[in-house]
Amino acid sequence: MGSPSPYLPGLATIMKIEEQTAMEKLFVVRPNDGKPLGHKPGQFVEVSVFGVGECPISVSSAPNKKADFEICVRRAGNVTNALHNLKAGDVIGIRGPYGTHFPVEDLKGKDLLFVAGGLGIVPLRSFINYVLERRKDYGRIIVLFGARTPADRLFKAEIASLARRPDLEYLETVDVGDASWKGNMGVITTLFPKFTIDPKKTYAIMVGPPVMYRFAIAAARAKGLADDHIIVSLERKMKCGLGKCGHCQMGPVYVCQEGPVFNFAAIKNLEEALS
Amino acid sequence: MGGDMNLAIIEKEGLHLFVAELLRRKNTVVGVKDQSAVSSIPGDSGFYTYAPINSPEELTLSFDVTLIPPKKYLLPAYEQLLTFNLSPGSIKADAPKEELIVFGVHPYDIIAINQMDKVFSTVPQDNHYLERRKRTTIIGVDPVKIAPRAFWSSMGADTVAGGFDLMLTDIGQCYVMEVGSKKGASLLKMAPKTREAAPAEVKERDKVRTEARKRCDANRLSFSYLELPSLLDGKEEHVIWEEKSHLCFSCGTCNLVCPTCYCFDVRDDVSIDLKKGSRYRTWDGCLLSDFAQVAGGGNFRGHRADRYRHRFYRKGQFIYRRFGDIACVGCGRCSAQCPSDIADPIAVFNRLKEGI
Repeated sequence: MGSPSPYLPGLATIMKIEEQTAMEKLFVVRPNDGKPLGHKPGQFVEVSVFGVGECPISVSSAPNKKADFEICVRRAGNVTNALHNLKAGDVIGIRGPYGTHFPVEDLKGKDLLFVAGGLGIVPLRSFINYVLERRKDYGRIIVLFGARTPADRLFKAEIASLARRPDLEYLETVDVGDASWKGNMGVITTLFPKFTIDPKKTYAIMVGPPVMYRFAIAAARAKGLADDHIIVSLERKMKCGLGKCGHCQMGPVYVCQEGPVFNFAAIKNLEEALS
Repeated sequence: MGGDMNLAIIEKEGLHLFVAELLRRKNTVVGVKDQSAVSSIPGDSGFYTYAPINSPEELTLSFDVTLIPPKKYLLPAYEQLLTFNLSPGSIKADAPKEELIVFGVHPYDIIAINQMDKVFSTVPQDNHYLERRKRTTIIGVDPVKIAPRAFWSSMGADTVAGGFDLMLTDIGQCYVMEVGSKKGASLLKMAPKTREAAPAEVKERDKVRTEARKRCDANRLSFSYLELPSLLDGKEEHVIWEEKSHLCFSCGTCNLVCPTCYCFDVRDDVSIDLKKGSRYRTWDGCLLSDFAQVAGGGNFRGHRADRYRHRFYRKGQFIYRRFGDIACVGCGRCSAQCPSDIADPIAVFNRLKEGI
């Protein structure tokens, strides 16, 4: 072809694998060309396991000058199951980064309310770490984290150190506790009465399972947040990442192009956007 | 003959010789074949398909509509995108190499191709498609037979201004041949027995087109197709979606036969020795139940009525809002081929317009 194929992934090597839970593993990936991915928090890559296929995975590490980046993957489908069977040194394919990112510039000086449900912590971690590396640029930071059970919580050590920071407020809950769990129990919205915000300067950034949004958005609105102060990242089947294959379409919007990060005000009337 | 003719006349015998000449020069020519003979359905009036032709006799230009649109040559049902070694990783893109002449494409199908051109050339460009498109010559032909379910006359698809290299119109004794591109102009030079069209013959072409449009009007949208995007506003909860989709098999036939449906899946194949593999794309359809399903089982369009509704919105509104085109050209293929006969856009859109 005269022009390059947009489907051609770059080769990358798995440098390290960390088991997070029984279902999720963290992969440190290094592009074989040694160049940084150049992503911004909230963007995703198409990950190839050659011979199995390709799937969209959000980047979990904050952008930095190093080539290595991190993806945290739940074993859920063909490609992710195959990824879980790989070991350090194995070669995968990476295309991207794709999609919109969290408005890291626009949110400078604002108070940030992070709402992470389950796997939602994975893309949010990129933004949270980005903010913490530039702590002075942002206002107050509140992180809400909800998981199904204590064992399902991702990045446990990292989050424990996050929780100890004096410049950040951290609240967590699990749907169902276990014998050793002393913390909050209930869905993530049960954390909302535990803090107050200044709605004029606060932006909520929410990522979680589809069912979470309606309730978390209602809770944020009840705190006085305007719809354009709510930012969400939506999951869809982003097969090609190029706005062509049609799988991620919701109304006239292609989530891989106009999303996955959306301002809630822009999509609140869009049929199919939020269930 | 002059080399700069924009509207030429080619005698019917000359057209025959033209096709023979294209084949003699080793061009791959696909054209419409009358498949009535191979139909095993008693009483079936037959059907037409695009297929490679080896002689001018195999070519039919007086077809009503083909079973599958010519999109299959631009976005093949199975198209290899990449080949790779499984270990150690090495990977390269596959590029289409073959040149193709598609002989006999109706205006509505050319409009559909023009829409796909827009989709795949929108950044990020899909160079696999664009390369194939560049290597494809489109020779259009105006319809003389009207398919029973066609309604292209009310979708602004009775004629097309561009997107073809040559466009033929049967005016009785001969064809008017319009040149649509440089490629078309050089092809025309290969054609014997051509001359510049006389004004009367150009008028005759208009008459033939008007006549065909009138016959197609027997089955029509009851309002201007340009009203579709606004008509669909606020109709998301209309009873028609549940009511009609009750009979939907989620078979995806409407997607398969639609000239403007281009959604695809991307998959991997592995050689039997597990050393090499390929990545290919294959047609997908939004009416299939797993189209919007993600890993883990979540399905963003898990209800049949939602999938059914999505298709009509995509045709009448979504693509328009994104690319500026109404993505239904009125070919009538979905209407004719849906097993439950619930896919007819005319039936749905006219009823929404009536407001009942």
